[in-house]
Amino acid sequence: MNIYIELFVTFFKIGLFTIGGGYAMIPMMQEEVVSRSWATIETVIDFIAVSESTPGPFAVNMATFIGCEVGGFWGAVCSTLGVVTPSFIIILAIAKFFATFAQDRRVKAVLYGIRPVVVGLIGVAAFSIGKAAFLTGEGINFISVIIFSVAFGVYKKFPKIHPVFIVFLSMALGIIFYGFFPSLVTVLT
Amino acid sequence: MKEKYNTCMQLFTTFFRIGAFTFGGGYAMIPIIQKEAVEKRHWIKDEDIIDLLAIAESTPGVLAVNSATFVGYNVGGFWGSLAATVGVVLPSFIIILILSGFYLAFRQNVWVDYAFRGIKAGVCVLLLKSFMKLYKALDKKAFHMVLLALAIIASAVIDIESIFIILSGGIIGYIYCTFFRDKKEAEK
Repeated sequence: MNIYIELFVTFFKIGLFTIGGGYAMIPMMQEEVVSRSWATIETVIDFIAVSESTPGPFAVNMATFIGCEVGGFWGAVCSTLGVVTPSFIIILAIAKFFATFAQDRRVKAVLYGIRPVVVGLIGVAAFSIGKAAFLTGEGINFISVIIFSVAFGVYKKFPKIHPVFIVFLSMALGIIFYGFFPSLVTVLT
Repeated sequence: MKEKYNTCMQLFTTFFRIGAFTFGGGYAMIPIIQKEAVEKRHWIKDEDIIDLLAIAESTPGVLAVNSATFVGYNVGGFWGSLAATVGVVLPSFIIILILSGFYLAFRQNVWVDYAFRGIKAGVCVLLLKSFMKLYKALDKKAFHMVLLALAIIASAVIDIESIFIILSGGIIGYIYCTFFRDKKEAEK
């Protein structure tokens, strides 16, 4: 099979069967990508780390990266299109009917139960990223405490501030504190 | 025609920004969507974000793409959804394409690592803020509070996958509204 078609089809499958997004696609990625020798499992793991420090959805990052490795620029185009197309088609179909669909009594009942659950899951997402930021293994990461407090203070003072500003601020504080005062991490240990 | 074109361009640039500034993927994009699509453009309301996430999480595919397609379609029809989706994907595509030759050097660069460790604490603040806002958008009935607590326990303590928690929420909601909730209240 033509390599471009194969990239498209493989990532189409990955996009189609990944429910819940993000890391849920790793096992699938391993099966489809590693078995074709497009990448080794080590590369996939290394790339997860890269993907965490670059913007954008993990699935798209991964598709672009593997596509580029295997088939250059056009390879990247095909695999990225592949991973995005299933979501696009499915959501388009749902969005088309959602307005009428959402008026249905049964759909309303289902959504009534889902709403608090989704809000709870966002709380958990905040909690788990907090856990990763604050715990060092031996104790509490004091630099994270500083960055969190500054960011929180800025938000309290300027509630209308753009979240992107908070992202840049915490990046800059990370560079300053980890780069120049690394011993602060262990102040609380 | 001109107006349609402008809407599509707005969708494209807005979702381009959302794609470019979402670090860590998934839920980390919610604060930026709230800022760009709710506060700035008034395309959707805070409550709609909850429904949007419910749909995006229970269908296959990437959360960012699902959200972009959905909002894009509601604002600008098919071409709107296309513009938003291309917009949200393009930043990652460009950045990864540039990085792909030297991604290991990028990852092992200490300054990149410092910046990223800083981002984690900042994103935590953003997500807490989103959580508070969406919590306010819920109606505070006992039923909702119990489900919220159960969802947190199921995810954080028992570590059940989100999709199953959301499906269970849907089933419980259906049963509750069909058999226990009085009809008049349900019509609201």
